[in-house]
Amino acid sequence: MAIRERLSGNEAMAVAMKQINPDVVAAFPITPSTEVPQYFSTFVANGQVDTEFVPVESEHSAMSACIGAQAAGGRAMTATSANGLALMWECLYIASCSRLPIVLACVNRTLSGPLNIHNDHSDSMGARDSGWIQIYSENCQEAYDNMLMANRIGEHPDVLLPVMVCQDGFITSHAIENLDLVEDDKVKAFVGEYNPEEYLLNKENPIAVGPLDHFTHCFEHKRQQAQAMMNAKKVVLEVSAEFAKLTGRSYGLFEEYNAEGAEACVVVLNSTAGTAKFVADQYKAQGKKVAVLKPRLFRPFPVDEIAEALAKYKAIAIMDKAESFNAAGGPLFTDVTSALYAKSVFGPKVINYIYGLGGRDVKTDDIEVVFNKTLEIVATGKVDSVYNYLGVRE
Amino acid sequence: MGKVVEIRWHGRGGQGAKTASLLLADAAFNTGKYIQGFPEYGPERMGAPITAYNRISDDKLTIHCNIYEPDYVVVVDDTLLTAVDVTSGLKESGALIINTTKTPEEIKPLLKGYKGKVCTVDARTISIETLGKYFPNTPMLGAVVKVSGVMGEKEFLDDMVGSFKHKFAKKPEVIEPNIKAIERAMQEVKGL
Repeated sequence: MAIRERLSGNEAMAVAMKQINPDVVAAFPITPSTEVPQYFSTFVANGQVDTEFVPVESEHSAMSACIGAQAAGGRAMTATSANGLALMWECLYIASCSRLPIVLACVNRTLSGPLNIHNDHSDSMGARDSGWIQIYSENCQEAYDNMLMANRIGEHPDVLLPVMVCQDGFITSHAIENLDLVEDDKVKAFVGEYNPEEYLLNKENPIAVGPLDHFTHCFEHKRQQAQAMMNAKKVVLEVSAEFAKLTGRSYGLFEEYNAEGAEACVVVLNSTAGTAKFVADQYKAQGKKVAVLKPRLFRPFPVDEIAEALAKYKAIAIMDKAESFNAAGGPLFTDVTSALYAKSVFGPKVINYIYGLGGRDVKTDDIEVVFNKTLEIVATGKVDSVYNYLGVRE
Repeated sequence: MGKVVEIRWHGRGGQGAKTASLLLADAAFNTGKYIQGFPEYGPERMGAPITAYNRISDDKLTIHCNIYEPDYVVVVDDTLLTAVDVTSGLKESGALIINTTKTPEEIKPLLKGYKGKVCTVDARTISIETLGKYFPNTPMLGAVVKVSGVMGEKEFLDDMVGSFKHKFAKKPEVIEPNIKAIERAMQEVKGL
């Protein structure tokens, strides 16, 4: 029996970490993810976990400590947001190239500047090429569930990559919502023991981690890393299927909502996907059909599956809560359109909206603007503007 | 999709409006509802106006934005009437619930033409007489449940006894005064 609970997104992630009971958690506080290590440190103090909690002096050190712990053979976790993630930057790449399946709770917040504590996706989007698997979460339940699945995905022998689980700062991290928890013993059995094949503290088989890697081998190592990312997709599906058996909650590479019979589709990540579903239901009641496609796995990007799913629509609006300053569209838009082109899907008309930067609230009215525009494109077949802003004064 | 009750709280930093919204979410959760309780974070300082929100529903909630057309607005500090447009978007089928010594008739002219119900409760006096200190959020919680009918009064009181027992496990002497504060607010709220 699931445990009916009400928790904030941060609490949900911390509870998942408690149930996982990792060997090491190293973290430095930053709004809005501070509560994750804060709650976790109380679990340590209360003896509810036997984790070594390392209260480091910066996020650079937090990630460095996680790298050291994971390389030694332990299971290491951390949490951060925005500039904390930015300060981890060089270590993120070292973690992924060293094939260390660390798990990071990323509570999305605007990357300064301007200085802003609120939500957008500029932090994790900036780290999209760092070699970390990225999983996005719509609500507290998904933040919890994705944390429970993250170790299994990253630690799979065909993967061995670090995993970042993202949720929206404040919007879900500080919102109390209903969720179902899994019992401790079932989580323990599901997550299992971490038994790496090679690790620093194995005196029978000494290895080096992070040595100089010249042009003779570096390229091959990068190729293997890229292969691991390609392999991750299958593992995400396998782990999610097993999780569905345990909990009844099914997760794929993305979620498609209200797709049947729809000719228009909106692609959007995290909490705004929930608001879009709410508006999609209202439109459906009025006889207007707009589908919502919510990517769950952003790295690796499910190119084949997303292109195939989107091929049936006549108009697609891709919403980005991050600006990439390429003067042409946000990061999700770039990936979706390149997936369509690479898979020779030329039918749908595609537009982009940059929205919600710096925590600008995304109202149902804003979603309606996007829905109406996609329906208009379905009706007319004409696109007047590809690259658009939503809910900004100009 | 059944009816969703949406509540917006206006308070000042340090008065416990955020905590009250979380307590209301807790109580509604315990009566089997789907809930959301979330604050809007601005500059965090004592005395600054703050806003918090609740959604309470029989069905799963997917919407994740602030509340612009609430069914109920709770004002924890009546000095906010001149600083914040508290009735913005408030449904006339709903109500404004305010902590004040004034009567509903005295408050109505201050509300920029809001035509719906105005309910007043002197949470300051109730709080000081029952708890010995000014914690307006506890009596305001009682007033909200009474006015909104979002959950049964007895169910709510039973649940509050349970959560206070848990919350104040080391200070059992404060449980009864807190319950008393809620009960008095339920009895004394005007303008129903």
